[in-house]
Amino acid sequence: MKHTISILVENHAGVLARVAGLFARRGFNIDSLAVGVTEDEKVSRITIIADGTAYTLEQIEKQLNKLIDVIKVRHLPTEELLSRELVLIKVSCLPSQRAELISIAEIAKAKISDISVNTMTLELSDSVSRIKTFEELLRPYGIKETVRTGSIAMQKGGASMK
Amino acid sequence: MASERMTVAKAMVKALTAEGVKTVFGYPGAAICPFYDELINSDIRHILVRHEANGGHAASGYARMTRKPAVAIATSGPGATNIITAIATAYMDSIPMVVITGQVSSEQIGRDVFQEADITGAAEPFVKHSYLVKNPAEVPVIFKNAFYIAGTGRPGPVLIDMPFDVQKAEIDFEYPETVDIRSYKPSVQGNKLQIKRAIAAIRNSKKPLICAGGGIFTAGAEKLLQQFMQLADIPVVNTMMGLSSVPADNPLYYGMIGMHGVKCANYAINHCDLLILLGARVGDRAVTAINRLDGITVIHIDVDPAEIGKNLAATIPVVGDVRYILQQLIEQAENYDHYDWRQELNTVKNQSEPKAAAKDGFVNPKEFIKRLAKKLPSDVIISADVGQNQIWTCNNIELKSGRLITSGGMGTMGYSVPAALGAKAASPMSEVIAICGDGSFQMQFMELATMIQHDIPVKIIVMSNNRLGMVREVQTNAYGNRLTAVFLDGSPDFIKLAESYGIPAKRVTDIKDADGAIDEMLGAKGCYLLEARVAEDEKTIL
Repeated sequence: MKHTISILVENHAGVLARVAGLFARRGFNIDSLAVGVTEDEKVSRITIIADGTAYTLEQIEKQLNKLIDVIKVRHLPTEELLSRELVLIKVSCLPSQRAELISIAEIAKAKISDISVNTMTLELSDSVSRIKTFEELLRPYGIKETVRTGSIAMQKGGASMK
Repeated sequence: MASERMTVAKAMVKALTAEGVKTVFGYPGAAICPFYDELINSDIRHILVRHEANGGHAASGYARMTRKPAVAIATSGPGATNIITAIATAYMDSIPMVVITGQVSSEQIGRDVFQEADITGAAEPFVKHSYLVKNPAEVPVIFKNAFYIAGTGRPGPVLIDMPFDVQKAEIDFEYPETVDIRSYKPSVQGNKLQIKRAIAAIRNSKKPLICAGGGIFTAGAEKLLQQFMQLADIPVVNTMMGLSSVPADNPLYYGMIGMHGVKCANYAINHCDLLILLGARVGDRAVTAINRLDGITVIHIDVDPAEIGKNLAATIPVVGDVRYILQQLIEQAENYDHYDWRQELNTVKNQSEPKAAAKDGFVNPKEFIKRLAKKLPSDVIISADVGQNQIWTCNNIELKSGRLITSGGMGTMGYSVPAALGAKAASPMSEVIAICGDGSFQMQFMELATMIQHDIPVKIIVMSNNRLGMVREVQTNAYGNRLTAVFLDGSPDFIKLAESYGIPAKRVTDIKDADGAIDEMLGAKGCYLLEARVAEDEKTIL
């Protein structure tokens, strides 16, 4: 079972290493990880998608809370999740194929970020499943390179994690 | 309080003084020299150990007596990596420690210069927290926080890595009076509702059992534990880390549980209908038949929420300081009577054990420890090593008072002598005895010099059988007796070795001579080494 864990940490050097090290040595698997500063520049947010049972999740939360640099840990419930990944996909694209790709981009609400004689680079920010669908649509053209961030996530509605 | 301009090195010493540090254990090197150059101007006693790991273990022994963070110091690179085992040992047993390491100059970090090691990186899995100090101005706050973190909540080692240039920098020093770490607020009081549920479970239980661990000492809750068990008439067993928290002659006490525990303690764990874990983390060697506990009510009381539910599902988790929770329980508990349950346990306890015997020329180790136990002064501190000697000691010493310390979680060989040295430095009036094997003794006998140099008179008992006895036993039982790499041939004559340090020593090869030799050891003013020759096929438990 996949879990989205949002962690607020002190924005210090070495904090990511502590968090990542904890996952590694306790045998918790990380599927995706994203780090960025929050509205308070002294605080960073680490969003981790981890795989595991309810027991693993409980242990992850408890062990993370023991790290002195960890301010808050929150397991975001799937049903209330606003989650996004960003992907850049460079596909082969002959001049004659441009119109087709532009229409795929429009349907998927992707941006054309770059273009060259034989390639086109598309940019999409969306949920993991929609990004996967998008990738499948582009595959027939020949994907030359994919760059993808980890998921960032937030709880829907008025509640905030501070 | 006005601030004062000074070097960081001096500020470090001032911080230690402000924390009430009287003694430190260390081993210098170039990268920590600025600090040492200031340490000599202070009243802090520096004990020069003969290996950095032993400095860490000595600090551990010291901390276990004072129950406050003790300080160990090492230099950069190999000095720092050497102390990792002691850090890990302290981490596993929740011992409060502040470890200070020298580091190469800030601008050289990452260039693989001479004696450079990423010690905060290397020690990360074993520290409660660590600092690589980059900004000299943060030193006062870092020291204040380090001592606070090490000594509160579930205690543990905190590492402060001090680059050479940082130690020489000048700062305006003002030691903070308070601590405010927004992400670190350990629970103290137990949740009232959970306490109520616990009391209800105790009231409904016919066969309750308390399993008391090392957390009893951390919390300073020995007296409260005795008060509670007496009041509620609940039998008690110990984990290895909890040994000596209850007087062994208390009728409610049933010994050490676990793989190497005694029969009646394990019987109690396997037949209780309510298990109250008090400052115990249900380690794999402690509770071997863990599945049996699935059906019963478990009240797990621990300061570390991560321990609750980690190895055993708790019916009633109570997070907080064992001391406060015991007070809360005592306030609400009534006078229960568990006569039938006690009688059941007494029947198991009183089953006769096979008579301890030994071959000619050897001493039966269990009998030897029993005889030692009879002669011990009330304030004795026993430091047991790791291996067969540890189990022989733990199961037979039966302390009525005093304290037993050992490396329970990590099982670090070579712990007993430096830990005893540290304990003696903290409690100079107490009789301190390290008990080790001939394997572990050879991992630590360099510290005999430290004891002589600093006049720290520790008594040492070496149970020698020319074997790594516990491994030998594993090979006998699980590998068809194909004994390999367990022979200690080439060992020195321990009596002559001790004498070369100026330490009187005696060897016992017959139990008839044990009493006299123990008397002589206990009567000695300074250090003393007593070697008890044990047969190579002696079993760990019966």
